[in-house]
Amino acid sequence: MLEVFDVAVVGAGPAGLAAAVHAADAGLGVALVDAGSQPGGQFWRHPDEAAAAANPDQFREGAGQHDWKRFTDLRTRLNRHRGAGRLVYLPGRQVWLIEPGGHGGAATLRLAPAVDVPGSDAAEPGQVRAAHVILCPGGYDRQLPVPGWDLPGVMAAGGAQALLKGNRTTAGTVAVIGGTGPFLLPVATGLAGAGVKVAAICEANSPTGWLGNLAGAVRAPEKAGEGLAYAAALARHRIPYKVRTAVTEIHGTDRVEAVTISRLSPDGSVLAGTGRRIACDLVALGWGFTAQLELVLAAGAQTAVDADGSLIAVVDNRMASSVPGISVAGEATGVGGAAMAVVEGELAALCVAAGAGAAETARPTAAQPELDRRIARLQRERARLREFALAMHRANPVPARWHGWLAPETLVCRCEEVDYGTLCRAHEELGADDARSLKSFARPGMGWCQGRVCGYATASIAADFASRPVSEADLRAMSKRTLAAPVSLGQLAALEFDDFDDISADKGSQE
Amino acid sequence: MSFPRVADVVVIGGGAVGAACAFYAARAGLSVVVLEQGAIASGTSSACEGNILVSDKEAGPELSLAQYSQQLWRGELAEFGHLWEFESKGGLVVSARPGTQDNLAKLAQRQRAAGIDVELVPGGELLGLEPHLNPRMAGGAYYPQDAQVQPMLVVAHLLRLARGMGAVVEPHTTVTGFLRRGDAVTGVATSRGSIDAPAVVNAAGTWGGAIADLARVSVPVLPRKGYVMVTEPLPVMVRHKVYAAEYVDNVASSDAGLQTSPVVEGTGGGTILIGSSRERVGFDRSFDPRVLSAMAGKAIGLFPFLAQVKALRGYFGFRPYCPDHLPVIGPDPRAPGLWHACGHEGAGIGLSAGTGALIAASLAGTALGMDATAFAPERFDAHLATESAHV
Repeated sequence: MLEVFDVAVVGAGPAGLAAAVHAADAGLGVALVDAGSQPGGQFWRHPDEAAAAANPDQFREGAGQHDWKRFTDLRTRLNRHRGAGRLVYLPGRQVWLIEPGGHGGAATLRLAPAVDVPGSDAAEPGQVRAAHVILCPGGYDRQLPVPGWDLPGVMAAGGAQALLKGNRTTAGTVAVIGGTGPFLLPVATGLAGAGVKVAAICEANSPTGWLGNLAGAVRAPEKAGEGLAYAAALARHRIPYKVRTAVTEIHGTDRVEAVTISRLSPDGSVLAGTGRRIACDLVALGWGFTAQLELVLAAGAQTAVDADGSLIAVVDNRMASSVPGISVAGEATGVGGAAMAVVEGELAALCVAAGAGAAETARPTAAQPELDRRIARLQRERARLREFALAMHRANPVPARWHGWLAPETLVCRCEEVDYGTLCRAHEELGADDARSLKSFARPGMGWCQGRVCGYATASIAADFASRPVSEADLRAMSKRTLAAPVSLGQLAALEFDDFDDISADKGSQE
Repeated sequence: MSFPRVADVVVIGGGAVGAACAFYAARAGLSVVVLEQGAIASGTSSACEGNILVSDKEAGPELSLAQYSQQLWRGELAEFGHLWEFESKGGLVVSARPGTQDNLAKLAQRQRAAGIDVELVPGGELLGLEPHLNPRMAGGAYYPQDAQVQPMLVVAHLLRLARGMGAVVEPHTTVTGFLRRGDAVTGVATSRGSIDAPAVVNAAGTWGGAIADLARVSVPVLPRKGYVMVTEPLPVMVRHKVYAAEYVDNVASSDAGLQTSPVVEGTGGGTILIGSSRERVGFDRSFDPRVLSAMAGKAIGLFPFLAQVKALRGYFGFRPYCPDHLPVIGPDPRAPGLWHACGHEGAGIGLSAGTGALIAASLAGTALGMDATAFAPERFDAHLATESAHV
């Protein structure tokens, strides 16, 4: 019989690190599972710690990072808990299946190696069981197809930044950055700081949308300060910041050679005659973020469409999902950035601890009032940050008419090579008017990435066909992945189950 | 467009069988309205492998319907085959042991007598057909008529063709009841209004029993859950539909417990589809890794290279199962005006063509393409089964 942890935390980014550390602080036995080989997630992605320690001149820790002290703080506490045996850290592993335990039962997480190591023992997938699970899967760049986006040299904005943060390398010498939202700024200044000439930032929305986003920004003064710092950095690096402008076509034969940028009307359609060609060898595109929801969906938790059009987990003010024993924290509850993710992780952990304490003693302990005060403070903090995030989402919508930039031959799903024209035919000839039907009739999202890249775009295209907003059903159809990560059939076959008696006799050949 | 108020025929169900009924009825000159509770092809037709098989059927009425359907798929529907990715890949049934091979040989003999092309393959020749097969198989049988289609595209294109002949397709429309005059069915009530129609076809698949209940007749269709796994895309490693001889027993079994038997086949996209499981657990939508584990183990038993191959996704659906494993096809004498075309269990895609043609002929009053007596809806009512006129 396997050990049952008090809490299993999935993801070691800002939310997961905070959740794991605070759960262990509260005296719970914690397992922290992460696909990365070292903690930090995407936000605090950094060079290999061993290599950096061996060569401190080349890799100055924390260079190019944001809020790095908060990370090193959490990392120190993580290591202290590991040393004390209160926390088991399981890096390099993906959860490919979650089996919720229901009321009072333990949940099971099935793990597979995140990266194939040649010669590794694939027959040992491993599992973690826990009374409570806190899912902190984070998010990734939301992408919109545009003619030429499949050329080498076109990257997600977050991908360009990950290369910088993790490998200290750049993928080009002259960059154009496009999309919407404040995240484009650190990508631009990061690239510029690494010596890349940033020929333009193309922000599809209007700057008054967010620089002057008053109701939210006033209540998050640290963000206003960040905005001013970026404005200064843009000026220092002489980076042109173009508003109501988008990269509407990418040119090149074997790789990116140039882009066409066009002015947009408020609804996102291209203003005729405004197209301008800019030579570049790197294009970084980001249209906000998509929450990584496969485990949330696999657990059967309720979802909703957020203000930015993303599918997110529905949680209460204790970060509990609709499924007993499963909490969610960080970007998966609504994209809001690292600071908010840390608050949510801590809040989720403290609420689990409070629940566990109450269950054990059946009456308030001495520590309970203090815990309750901290929970209340975190809830207020989260509400404030969430309000700011919502204001940013409203100021930086995906342009309603973005589909107009597509040509019939523009690939929407790159894995299965499904172009926009094929989707149009699936609608016009075969009657597909929702994402699921598009997927059934034309295969977008059926390939290697299982819709992680084209999911939002396909949902949005389906909604456009049907002349309605993107629905939760559209997004769920593109986000549901029964296997949250690819798993080899050998690993599947070798799974062990506690209650397998009724079926194990069937497992061998019947013949 | 406004919701239709009247039709010659209302077809309930926008899956493969409903689409085939609509196609053939429209082609017979009838005005057809198809009602689907969800999106078209969103039920069992979207959760299967798209089989058009003769190999897994014992000689008898279901095999006859499979043969009739084969004629149609390869005959008058052949011109559309490319639209739904019709592939005559052939089926290879393999036996792990000599005793199993003996039984397979007897089955093949009965099937051959019924007109099926089947060729026994000695163990030593199996690798010539499937180079990556486990070399320790005792023997097999090769069925060149076994074929595969992309089932959602079958539905979508049959409905497109039906629309071209005047049919109207209304997705997201729930049937809430039947319009009656005495026992007779005279139309349907739906979530979007009622439609007068002298003929209503229940092609609701796994939900066909519930539709029959609305008409106050009993058609015992039960869900039989089955999983399919899909691998990463690979170069061609599996050439045919390959399955273990035990599959035939499991298909014919009525056991409510879980049964798994390995079914492995490549697709045009390079992915490999892996089945199969059968269990009667109602409409239980939970995802059970034990079933996938058992299927994976057995698939590796057939094709050892699969141990290293990654599964990208798994899905399940609910086959419409009847206790005697035969579909329900034809007019219901208990409710004149109501036809049934449901209960095809795991063979609905393959049998849809023949079913649609039979239903259309029955609706139009023309000669049936085959004897459909065995599929009579009233067969489950012992006192009715003997006295009523069939189709």
